[in-house]
Amino acid sequence: MMGSENQEAHPHASREEMQSLILDESSSSSSTSKSFSSYRSAMTTLSESHHPLSLPIATSPAESDPLLSPRPPPQHRHLQSPKSTGNPNMQPPLYFADVGAVNGIESPSPSQSLEKSSPFSRSSSSSSSEYIKIAVSNPQKEVQSSNKIVPGGNTYVTYLITTKTNLPDFGASEFSVRRRFKDVVTLSDRLVEAYRGFLIPPRPDKNVVESQVMQKQEFVEQRRVALEKYLRRLADHPVIRKSDELRVFLQVQGRLPLAASADVASRVIDGAVKLPRQLLGDAPSTIGPQDAVQPAKGGRDLLRMFKELKQYVANDWGGSRPLVDEEDKEFLEKKERLRDLEQQLSNTSQQAESLVKAQQDMGETMGELGLAFLKLTKFENEEAVLNAQRIRAADMKNVATAAVKASRYYRGLNAQTVSHLDTLHEYMGLMLSVHTAFSDRASALLTVQTLLSELSSLNSRAEKLETSSSKRFGGDRSRFRRVEELREAIRVTEDAKNCAVREYQRIKENNRIEIERLDAERKADFLSMLKGFVTNQVFYSEKIGNEWAKVAEATSGYERESS
Amino acid sequence: MQQRSFSGVSQSPRSPSKQPPYLAVSVTDPAKMGNGVQAYISYKVITKTNLPEYQGLEKIVIRRYSDFVWLRDRLFEKYKGIFIPPLPEKSTVEKFRFTAEFIEMRRQALDIFVNRIASHHELQQSEDLRIFLQADEQTMERARSQESGIFKKKPADLMQIFKDVQSRVSDVVLGKEKPVEELNPDFEKLKRYVFELEDHLAEAQKHAYRLVKRHRELGQSLSDFGRAVKLLGACEGEALGKAFAELGAKSEMLSVKLQKEAQHLLMNFEEPLKDYVRAVHSVKGTIAERAAAFRQHCELAETIKLKEIDLNKLRLTRSERTADAEHEYEELKADGEEARRRFETIVRLMNEEMVRFQEEKTLDMGLAFHEFAKGQSRLANGIADAWRSLLPKLEACSSS
Repeated sequence: MMGSENQEAHPHASREEMQSLILDESSSSSSTSKSFSSYRSAMTTLSESHHPLSLPIATSPAESDPLLSPRPPPQHRHLQSPKSTGNPNMQPPLYFADVGAVNGIESPSPSQSLEKSSPFSRSSSSSSSEYIKIAVSNPQKEVQSSNKIVPGGNTYVTYLITTKTNLPDFGASEFSVRRRFKDVVTLSDRLVEAYRGFLIPPRPDKNVVESQVMQKQEFVEQRRVALEKYLRRLADHPVIRKSDELRVFLQVQGRLPLAASADVASRVIDGAVKLPRQLLGDAPSTIGPQDAVQPAKGGRDLLRMFKELKQYVANDWGGSRPLVDEEDKEFLEKKERLRDLEQQLSNTSQQAESLVKAQQDMGETMGELGLAFLKLTKFENEEAVLNAQRIRAADMKNVATAAVKASRYYRGLNAQTVSHLDTLHEYMGLMLSVHTAFSDRASALLTVQTLLSELSSLNSRAEKLETSSSKRFGGDRSRFRRVEELREAIRVTEDAKNCAVREYQRIKENNRIEIERLDAERKADFLSMLKGFVTNQVFYSEKIGNEWAKVAEATSGYERESS
Repeated sequence: MQQRSFSGVSQSPRSPSKQPPYLAVSVTDPAKMGNGVQAYISYKVITKTNLPEYQGLEKIVIRRYSDFVWLRDRLFEKYKGIFIPPLPEKSTVEKFRFTAEFIEMRRQALDIFVNRIASHHELQQSEDLRIFLQADEQTMERARSQESGIFKKKPADLMQIFKDVQSRVSDVVLGKEKPVEELNPDFEKLKRYVFELEDHLAEAQKHAYRLVKRHRELGQSLSDFGRAVKLLGACEGEALGKAFAELGAKSEMLSVKLQKEAQHLLMNFEEPLKDYVRAVHSVKGTIAERAAAFRQHCELAETIKLKEIDLNKLRLTRSERTADAEHEYEELKADGEEARRRFETIVRLMNEEMVRFQEEKTLDMGLAFHEFAKGQSRLANGIADAWRSLLPKLEACSSS
């Protein structure tokens, strides 16, 4: 987590600051003069520029290879003192360091800089010796060679994805692949399908843009950062990190062997991917009841789609109660609570953006005031005829210097504020995952309901047929056959229903576990965010206060004179 | 606040009083008078003095803004060469005319104005000042309406003078008959200094005003943020919810501090800067007066020379008009002498005034800087303290 609790780093930070403080008349760096219209742009904007006050990254000391050291327990954060640069593990182009540090943001200290910085990641608490470290780098343009019809072809960008891990499934400790954004979309779609009920991190936006914009450096860099964040979040998820889909994505060379279409059957026929382990229940057949419980998508499931739609409508408008209801009161309460949370998160996130903008404006204007006074000072000194002018010039210079310093502190404060309050934004994104997880549950329930009503109608048809044929003395062979067929359908449907119920239960359980995890991690992350935010404010406010106190002291004579 | 209630007063030989002489003035108690478009603000002007020229030890009169303007204009006319203290501007925006903030700022500025006059060794002896401080309202009104327009220099005239000052080079280039200019290098330097100073000051004042706005904006966004955080806390509940609630409360508290500091900054830093800019305008006015006096003096000198030539001609021809011409010539010479004296007085006074002006400004700005720094330090430390007090509570939350 991009925490900043470590107080000991602060003197280190301030010394560096002082050294790099030059009272130059040039305006502030371009990064922070852009308006913070959204967090995303703010984060990436900050990441691109080299902040004049940015520090070399402070990293935690490690007895052994830092990549192998487990994340230390939270209460020890305060005791760690970060070392300065020179960490041999930070070699370009592999960005294994803290995201904040890579972005050049000056921070009082990221105490575990080599740990993953995304929220919602406490995987190490349970399996502290396991790790996956992912880095995304080296974007390159490539041409789609297969499309020779259009001259110039279709160009796209690929990224080098490097993984270091000690998880046994991978069979190797370090490897790289090249992937394009489309592959990431595929991975994301596959995961969402396979891990129903789980909170799957939202993938980066697609951005429908022209190919020209695609190749612009800034966009590519933004995307690289977003991809890295996304993959790291996936790797942090305790269940997804062990998934086939992710492993294949990270490891298999060449074309990504995950199908883009959602057709379950064709996937299996391709044989490229094993069905997710969770779904392999009893007797695995090529298309078995377990496939019947996959959400109805794709051409082969049209019939099923219609049936479920009918059921959905019946649930909502028919007034007839479905045979199985969402009765879990606890769930409904949680759902309500999470909806409230989402709304408040959105509101707070907005206000946080305003706060950041106000802080930025304050810093800018303070800086401009300082520069104006510096010009005045220079002017008075050059034109000075009387001593009073020189004295005034000296006073002015004090004020100007303090104002310029304060302005830089405001900038630092703001950079940190952005990174702390970004947690709000992250969790807003996660709310999307919550929606998906809940709708997985809803659709699983719908499947159960559909199958149940199917069963009941089959049963009543069978009954009707049986009673009617028993009236016909002598037995109608075709009717008998029809009854047999119905009975067979009922058996299959019964099996499918049982599968569907198991699936629904499974998803319910996934929901429950994930929501619990969300709550626990959110609490930890938010507390960390608050601590970081507050510590940051204290740090910079003290610095600013000290600067002005010096000037107040130097000018205190004037107060005595006039009273 | 810059108060100069006790002013050093030059000892008048006619007042051998045991007590040291004093003249203390204050402008207080703004009150809204009248209704609608005619409405205006009146102020109480309290004079405490033991000077014999004044009636009694204490006098209270009611004055309005245009009375102050009258006083300033009279002084400008009578005391050429002296930088008359500046007045706050007329309010151009109708809706702010009666806000508490504007009224207080104006009152403060008027108080400083009168005090500066009362403590200036020349200006404090002015008859017009005495009228201003003592006359009843009717007398004051009469005086005010009489003077309007007669002595006031139209802004256009002033602008022309400034243009003359600035366009000397172009005149030479264009071969225009240029107006007579003082060829004093020190004066040239002074003019350039004053004009450039005004530019720099105006810029600084602009940023100072913006800074006030930034404080208000930051205060507002902290308040909004605090409220949002509190609502978020209500969703979370338990320890985390409490943490959010505390943060929200602190945020709102700091918002109040910021608004207060914004006001302090406005009154004690931005306003003195504006005052400085106004003072520079006043200096420009005096420069214009000096130029006008010089021109007059030169023109008269020219006229006298011509007259002398005429007179000599007449003397030679023994004309009857010689006596009259002699008479006129003597009068002209007296006028010329008067004009020269006036001009030289202005030059002398200006030199003294520049010294006084620079010293006064160093003190004024020194105090303004001090207030600025004090306020910023107070604010920053207040912010640090407020947030710091939250840290142990946050610690408690994470361990629970």
